[in-house]
Amino acid sequence: MADLPGFGSMDLDDRGGPHVFVYEDRRSVPATAGLTPSQTVGPFFAYGLTPGTYGYPHAEIHRSELAGGVQPDDPHAGGGYVPGAGTHLAVEGQVFDGADVPIHDALVEIIQADADGHHARARRNDGFTGYGRYGTGSEGPNGDTRFRFRTVKPGATGPGRAPSITFIITMRGLLNHCITRMYFPGDDHTADPVFNQVPPERRSTLVATEIGPGRVRFDIHMQGEKETVFFDL
Amino acid sequence: MGDIRNGRSWSDMPDTSFPDYRSTSLRAPTQAPVRLDGGWDDAVALTPLWPRLADTDADLTVNGRVNGDPIGERIVVEGHLRDEASRPVSGALIEIWQANASGRYIHREEIHPAPLDPNFLGAGRCLSNADGSYRFITIKPGSYPWGNHRNAWRPAHIHFSIFGAGLAQRLVTQMYFPGDPTLPYDPIFNSTPDAAVRNRLISRFSMEETVPEWAHCYKFDITLAGAYATPFEEGHDHG
Ligand SMILES: [Fe+3]
Repeated sequence: MADLPGFGSMDLDDRGGPHVFVYEDRRSVPATAGLTPSQTVGPFFAYGLTPGTYGYPHAEIHRSELAGGVQPDDPHAGGGYVPGAGTHLAVEGQVFDGADVPIHDALVEIIQADADGHHARARRNDGFTGYGRYGTGSEGPNGDTRFRFRTVKPGATGPGRAPSITFIITMRGLLNHCITRMYFPGDDHTADPVFNQVPPERRSTLVATEIGPGRVRFDIHMQGEKETVFFDL
Repeated sequence: MGDIRNGRSWSDMPDTSFPDYRSTSLRAPTQAPVRLDGGWDDAVALTPLWPRLADTDADLTVNGRVNGDPIGERIVVEGHLRDEASRPVSGALIEIWQANASGRYIHREEIHPAPLDPNFLGAGRCLSNADGSYRFITIKPGSYPWGNHRNAWRPAHIHFSIFGAGLAQRLVTQMYFPGDPTLPYDPIFNSTPDAAVRNRLISRFSMEETVPEWAHCYKFDITLAGAYATPFEEGHDHG
């Protein structure tokens, strides 16, 4: 057992020695009422949460296309992708750990308004869902670690607000999920009520880079100089 | 309405950086999350968007079946989803995944040398009912080693992913079983500092709901942040 790919860089030789964790056994303390604590999603969520992109035999109910002709009703719809109303947009990126290594087992979820700035409030005929999900490393630990979403550029959801896409990030090693927001290069962010509350020197972590016509890249850095801004909600 | 709430209830949550859980060292953010005056400005409501699900999606003893019943102890896992004001959260998407009775996941990167069960997938989902209730039928998962440290064993657990009415009602968690002897040795379970809070993750055996001649029942009630009475009043369909 030299290799343990599911556990990333863990060194098995390091499993010997004194690392035995024992916590005070307080299971007899009655649980209080209140919020259910978060826990890590772990390394093995793929077959439950993003089975389609990994080829597991569990019907896919979430896709990485947020707008288009594929009906969200039909988990088996494999037909051609037809962009919905608005400017066709591809969003891709990677999630990096503190050693700048791309993470191959992160769950990336995005939420956005449609091209007119309206959130989907019901299932729609035009195929716009406003919600997408992607598991990085869909092709395995040595494969591509990029996430890719196909959608339309969102409109602003209110006066002064700049168009944005909300990201929810979780992964093995993350005990609480992280929420951030992607803004677009070239938009005016000066009046945006959220962007403006981010310390100026960190704002650039929230702005995507244009990498082609209708294509932007948004990398997420969990730690380091470029650590992405996450929001407290 | 919506996600105007700002500031997670961190005292109810695990420490984001918890060195005993070694994967946190390169993955947990080092900067405090930015707190917003006026809260999040963008109300989202995902519960109306979830697809209709098949009844068998919530029965893990059936949905991975190839040529027979899965091996192990059949159990019922049920409970109520509520918000902080104790109101039911209906229409929430609850997805679960777990190891089989031997402690083995079907994930292709799993190498624990325990048998796969050809009739058990280990994944299921349902939408919470109008009264916030949910119910799964599954197999009691086994404990498995996970390489975090010498002799590291995860207590038996079922992973839960929940999407309630708004962004503040996103929760990813794990349900544990009462009496599990490995709980005092598990960094992930113990990453939540307060025992009375942490113990909310331990399900409760219910003799009342145990089905005679058929299956034990474990109750796992879940409380989500936020308190959205009628969160989508501005809603209309643009499709
Ligand atoms: Fe697990």
